[in-house]
Amino acid sequence: MSTSSVSKGCFVFKPSPKKRKKQDVSQESYFIHDCAGPESGQRRFKLCQDLWKQIETETEVLQDELHRKILDSLLEFSRKCSSSRCHGDWASQMRASEIPTAALMLGVNVPDHDLTFSSLSDLLRQSVTPYVVSLQAKECGALKHLLKRVLEGLMDTVVAVDDEDEADQAACHVQKSVHCSLTTLCDWYIIKTKKSSNDTPGKKRPSTVTDEPEQLPPVVVIFKDLEAFNPKVLQDFILICSRYVHRLPLMFIFGIATSPSTIQHMLPHSVSSLLCIQLFQSLSCTEHLATVIDKFILTHQFPFKLTEKVLSVLVSIFFFHDFSVRNFMKGLQLALLEHFYAQPLSVLCCRKKAALRHATQLDHGDLERIRQLPSFKRYVEGQEAEEQVTLMTDDSHLKEVCQKLIKTLHKYHKNYYPTLRCLHTLTSTLPRHLLGKQIRELHEACLRKNVWEQENYQSAMKLLKMQAKDELVVSLRRCAEILRSVKSKTMKNACEQLEELLCRFQQLDAAVDVAPSEDECVLSPPKNLPKKTDLFQLQKTLLEMNESRRSKKLSPFEILRNETVEFVDGLVRSHLWPPESQPLHEVCYYSSVATVKHHLNASPRTSIQVALSNPDHYLENDSLKTEDGTLSSAAPDICIAYKLHLECGRLINLYDWLEAYATVVSAAEVDPDQDAFGKVDEVKHARFIRAVSELEFLGFVKSTKQKTDHVARLTWGGC
Amino acid sequence: MYYVLFTYWCNYLISLTPHQYCYPSIFIYGHRASGKSHVINFSFLHLLFLQLPHATLSCVECVSVALLFEQVLRSFFGCDVASLLPRSPSLTDFVRIYRQQSPARQTRYIVMEKAELLRDADANLLPALLRLQELDNVTVILLSEIVWDTFRPNTGCFEPLLLHFPDYSKVELQQILSQDRHPSYSAELYSFYVSILLGVFYSVCRDLRELRHLAALNFSKFCEPLAEGKVKETDTHKLWKNIEPHLKKAMQTVYLREVSSLQWEQMQQMEEETGALKGLSAHTHVELPFYSKFLLIAAYLASYNPARTDKRFFLKHHGKIKKTNFLKKNEKTTNHLLGPKPFPLDRLLAIFYSVVDGRVAPTASIFSQISSLVTLQLLAQVSHDDQLDSPKYKCAVSLEFICNISRTVNFDIMKYLYDFL
Repeated sequence: MSTSSVSKGCFVFKPSPKKRKKQDVSQESYFIHDCAGPESGQRRFKLCQDLWKQIETETEVLQDELHRKILDSLLEFSRKCSSSRCHGDWASQMRASEIPTAALMLGVNVPDHDLTFSSLSDLLRQSVTPYVVSLQAKECGALKHLLKRVLEGLMDTVVAVDDEDEADQAACHVQKSVHCSLTTLCDWYIIKTKKSSNDTPGKKRPSTVTDEPEQLPPVVVIFKDLEAFNPKVLQDFILICSRYVHRLPLMFIFGIATSPSTIQHMLPHSVSSLLCIQLFQSLSCTEHLATVIDKFILTHQFPFKLTEKVLSVLVSIFFFHDFSVRNFMKGLQLALLEHFYAQPLSVLCCRKKAALRHATQLDHGDLERIRQLPSFKRYVEGQEAEEQVTLMTDDSHLKEVCQKLIKTLHKYHKNYYPTLRCLHTLTSTLPRHLLGKQIRELHEACLRKNVWEQENYQSAMKLLKMQAKDELVVSLRRCAEILRSVKSKTMKNACEQLEELLCRFQQLDAAVDVAPSEDECVLSPPKNLPKKTDLFQLQKTLLEMNESRRSKKLSPFEILRNETVEFVDGLVRSHLWPPESQPLHEVCYYSSVATVKHHLNASPRTSIQVALSNPDHYLENDSLKTEDGTLSSAAPDICIAYKLHLECGRLINLYDWLEAYATVVSAAEVDPDQDAFGKVDEVKHARFIRAVSELEFLGFVKSTKQKTDHVARLTWGGC
Repeated sequence: MYYVLFTYWCNYLISLTPHQYCYPSIFIYGHRASGKSHVINFSFLHLLFLQLPHATLSCVECVSVALLFEQVLRSFFGCDVASLLPRSPSLTDFVRIYRQQSPARQTRYIVMEKAELLRDADANLLPALLRLQELDNVTVILLSEIVWDTFRPNTGCFEPLLLHFPDYSKVELQQILSQDRHPSYSAELYSFYVSILLGVFYSVCRDLRELRHLAALNFSKFCEPLAEGKVKETDTHKLWKNIEPHLKKAMQTVYLREVSSLQWEQMQQMEEETGALKGLSAHTHVELPFYSKFLLIAAYLASYNPARTDKRFFLKHHGKIKKTNFLKKNEKTTNHLLGPKPFPLDRLLAIFYSVVDGRVAPTASIFSQISSLVTLQLLAQVSHDDQLDSPKYKCAVSLEFICNISRTVNFDIMKYLYDFL
């Protein structure tokens, strides 16, 4: 790349569209040029692409659904504003000078806002007004720029919609550059609306011509990130707008990340009195995440899975760092891509039918890889000796077994998620949320190890055995509903059993109605467990209750309750195995935590340190590899300087450092017998100075005035 | 006063024969909504028969001098002349083009609202405008909310004719407000309503615009018993009893723009006396990511604690620090009164790592959270954007806010604040 510029500097070269295409092609070739052969690579690439497309479309639908409510109310607001403005009503005339403003509370997950705003402006364009412009704070440093943005945004969109001649467009541009004031916009708006009102009656509704002037579409200005705007600029803009509001039906939408009091901080009363602010609350990002997880992770329909560790890394990035669902999705995408790229057996990670078909097409290499899988090895060990031999040698037999195993894996997933949901509905209402408030936490616990061996699970079951009837029945009904919707034989069975239990509860109700038993009344006080007790007290009461129960004869309800709990327990024990127990689980589960962390939660400082202390890590040069703590003298200068500086105290004598450096470097160049060994020549001196200034640039040393010819160290550690 | 000034001004305008010159520049000042613009604009409308050429412009709108010149030229001579201006015109360009046009046959008026903004424009603009009459028969009228003394440039200038619009008295306010009466009710009733309204609001607000707004908003509530037929128009006491608590409520909510006027109307329709609607300032809770909370806490500590006390708060084995030395009398309790102090990034991170539970890797997302806190205006960057190494920040949140945040992460911030020790 070259520029015509005479001066030195950084230049931006935008890639031409031609090059983009080339990249697209090469994306696939990454998959092809690896060990597993081109065909499987292609297949995996396609699978990966399909899955990602599925995720993308489904997230869009999901987002639309989630934002529907708030968007609807916003649209309603904007419609109301545009209509009420023109009403002849006395009161609305009196306050017509206010600019209707929607304050949209979006939460601090700023990266997600773009999606919301784009769908919002699309919706507005479709249903309310063609005149929508979104502003970002970084584009509007001064009032001039803000006005320019508004004018350009509004007028350009219309140019694009109406397909005006280029000459007109050019003229428009000239005009804009001459004076960008709202007067221009006003004139333009009046011309536009006149034109369209002349056009429409003929086409659409000739009967409502009288309504036409009332239905003037508002001009919507969206401030995407209100906090980042310069308050002065915003105030001036609002002041200007209020002068035109009678001629130009303006409407503002403020995107607020923190709290609505920001408006009061930014705008003085004289300005905010010009606005008619209404608050809209969008749903919280945690709820959003919960729905996303529900949709993509807690379902058997989506073949790609995450292991507990990867999932918890993604979730903790979300909760600890950014609250951004978009970034979570990006993490999911990364895991997906990595899985299909790095795991050749991921051809089997797809829908059941396709997976079975792919299993028949596996070649010898793939089958060998299957034999290497730890989960498969465990499976083989469980078989008889004869079977073991055939599995390890006979390819066609292995293919058949593979198909069988894939089927069981799919069945496992089909049963796992409904059972998980049932367990969650039953336990989420328990005090102290022993198994987590969110289903995601329960899922993580189940992935980690056998859930029934965990202490929390056992105490949850104990609590369940003490639940009052009303609550228990309600949650059991919900469970039955969950199970009913599943198309699986075992789940159908379970559902039937559950419904039978529910039936018996009802019969019990009837029986109790006829003759209220006495021991019910006696038992009721301990059932009302105090909701907030500490664990110790809870345990004590539990123990007491257990003992009292043993001593007493159980009521029919209690018997039934125990039976129900046993049933749930049995369900859990038969279906909620962790995935590691399943043979071939590696096909579907992505487990490389280190890669995900490395890509999503980069730590620049650690990388710098690694690069300086083990240069071979990044240079991939084996000759630089050394034992612990030492450094090859052929390493880059900065690494040597870094290594030497680690051995110094807080102040480093530059001359000593130089001497040491020269000694190390000469070891690489000449044999130690020569006179020049360890001598500092000009080249070495220059190299050393460069290395030191690079270290200074990286922030390891800085010059100091405390002592001549010394530099100060800025890091701790070393000697 | 308003009428007096109005008639006075109109008479003055009429008395000028076309060839007479008006005073070169007039400076009109008075509080917001004291009728300045109204008098001027209305006089031009009222004296339409004189056909006084005038240009009215607001200085807020004139982002650049170019826009100002252009608007003036456009309203006097039309678009063609305005387009003669070069791309970034100077005062000379303006004068040149103005001179090229035919001289005025009668006085032209340039009215500039919000003239206080002219002080921020080029230094030569205001003096030139004041003596624009040397060019032609032109009068510049400046409208401002502040007094002339703050305008006077260092180099001196032509002194304009000063005209003060005093605030309206209560009686005047009542007269003016009574003018926009509801068409379906009698004028007496409306003026009675206005007097009630003034009785409540006059002590807090004398802004005519605001009062008008409030009058419009609450009138429907006032009329409610009338519409239902419970009360007659003459039964003033009952009407007063009905509306008074309502107005008091309005003073706390809608007047402060805690609740928008639209919501206020809806509330009236729903008749919910409990005030279920929360105002804007009621929503102060901000949900933040876990580490952002701790970063904010660390920033708050760094802003309000003197740097020398960090050792005492955050070092496990800080050794003995003499109590007298530690608690300097004059320094204590003043930090919160003085406001947040700037601190470098290093200090923020050092405190962050010592307050946060467990080990946190110094990842890129920690740093990006700091900058997103800056864009959310919870932190403020003090040093210039260009300064890449050791940027300085200030914490921009209140004590109450930080207490709420630290409560959610079980961190007792009061223990770490020097002022409250």
